[in-house]
Amino acid sequence: MEKFIGRYRNLVILVAVLFAQVLGLAVQVKRPADPSHPDGPSTRLIRLWVAGAFTPVEKLFVRSSLWARETWHEYIDLRDVRRQNRELRQQIEELRVQQGRLQQDAEQARRLQALLGFKEQFIQQTVAAQVIGSSGSELSRVLTLDKGSRDGVRNDMAVITPDGVVGKIVRVFPGSSQVLEIIDQSSGVGAILEKSRLQGIVKGTPDGDPVLDYIMVDEAVAPGERVLTSGGDRIFPKGLPIGSVTRVGKGHDLFHAIYLKPAADLARLEEVLIITKVEERAPAADQAESPRAADILAQRLPSVPKAADPAADKPGAHADAGKKPPPPAPPAQKPQDGPQ
Amino acid sequence: MKGALIYTSREEIEVHRFSVWTTVGVPLAALFLQAFLPVRLHFVSIFDLPLLVTIYFGMTRRSPVSGLVTGGLIGLVQDSLTHQPLGVYGIAKTLIGFFASSLGVKLDVDSPLTRLLLTAAFYIVHQGIYFLVARGLVRQTLDWPWLYALGAALANGVLAVVLFAILDRFKQRT
Repeated sequence: MEKFIGRYRNLVILVAVLFAQVLGLAVQVKRPADPSHPDGPSTRLIRLWVAGAFTPVEKLFVRSSLWARETWHEYIDLRDVRRQNRELRQQIEELRVQQGRLQQDAEQARRLQALLGFKEQFIQQTVAAQVIGSSGSELSRVLTLDKGSRDGVRNDMAVITPDGVVGKIVRVFPGSSQVLEIIDQSSGVGAILEKSRLQGIVKGTPDGDPVLDYIMVDEAVAPGERVLTSGGDRIFPKGLPIGSVTRVGKGHDLFHAIYLKPAADLARLEEVLIITKVEERAPAADQAESPRAADILAQRLPSVPKAADPAADKPGAHADAGKKPPPPAPPAQKPQDGPQ
Repeated sequence: MKGALIYTSREEIEVHRFSVWTTVGVPLAALFLQAFLPVRLHFVSIFDLPLLVTIYFGMTRRSPVSGLVTGGLIGLVQDSLTHQPLGVYGIAKTLIGFFASSLGVKLDVDSPLTRLLLTAAFYIVHQGIYFLVARGLVRQTLDWPWLYALGAALANGVLAVVLFAILDRFKQRT
């Protein structure tokens, strides 16, 4: 036996190391007792060590690059600012006219929803976070954020930008958290087509293009149609933009494979919002004064141009959302055909 | 041998070793850059720097045991940056470290062309093992993007030629 082990020492060690890792995998794959804590104590420790070692360095790099960029843009590179200012003022005037029209529509919709006893999901509290790292692998589309359990972040919270859905929180550490992007192959988001109201599931693909699945082939779907969250997964509030249809192909069984262009630019994410509290209630008919989700998003993310509303220009509008919960606001969504 | 590990590389009759700083710092730097750079430069995610470091140390040390241990440790750290269970990258890189060091004994791994071809081949094998483990053991429904993997293999091969030449400067002759 000793002779055998001596002769095949390298192979024996290889098999032992592989066996240990396979055993470890088997223990982890076993469904956890508490789904909100997917890691066992031993693996959680390893992940904590790695997060503890990498996160401070990543935060340092991201914050110094942000500081350098802000210094450049706000104090040195001020060319064309006057011209941009004129253009933006003109744009604000146009948007005000548009806003007046939309507000009337919204008020009418709220009155109808109140009459029907329709329950809406309101984003009540968010935390603004910086993207400081990633898994670095196309096979696991995970981002690291600079906010963790100390900031009120928990597993399965939705992560969004003003443009659309980013993903959901899959792991939380004290000072950071991991987001599984909607374009990951293991991701799934309940979705609804904006015009036809057909419901399906948005999944990731190896190429990183999300696909809307489970829409029957006999349904007509046109390229360009917007896809929104359906709220059926109980993670993403209803009505958030996921993307728009780019092409419709043949899927598995009797279903379309509807390819989407994500609404959020997932390749260039710097700041995101974590939805920490969602409230479900029937809207009152006199909620015209409530700020909209888009206004809140614009105030929370430093890189997003401020809304026309003068309240957004107040100092402190960019304050950390976790410390200052915003007033309830309805997500950008269209009313359903009937009561929910 | 002061301040150096006994990882050696035999080129004809020459023996090389790496300082402790290189042995620990290079894999850590590769893992950090792999996690940090794709956030700002998205195309960087096509490269697998931890894999390149695993192959390099495996081929130059020419010790299967140190190759598989290095690969296993690098893989486990990489796993903890993903949402996968720990061990998927760990198993893949353990095997690559072992194969690279076993080949390092038999082949001249200092030629740029050999490095390019071997790295490209190891990349494909690494992807294959990853998918095998993810589908077979973790029961994940993953599809293998063949075309992407071929392109990425070539890109990693080209980067390996440059990176390995830089890492060669950290070899210490005895």
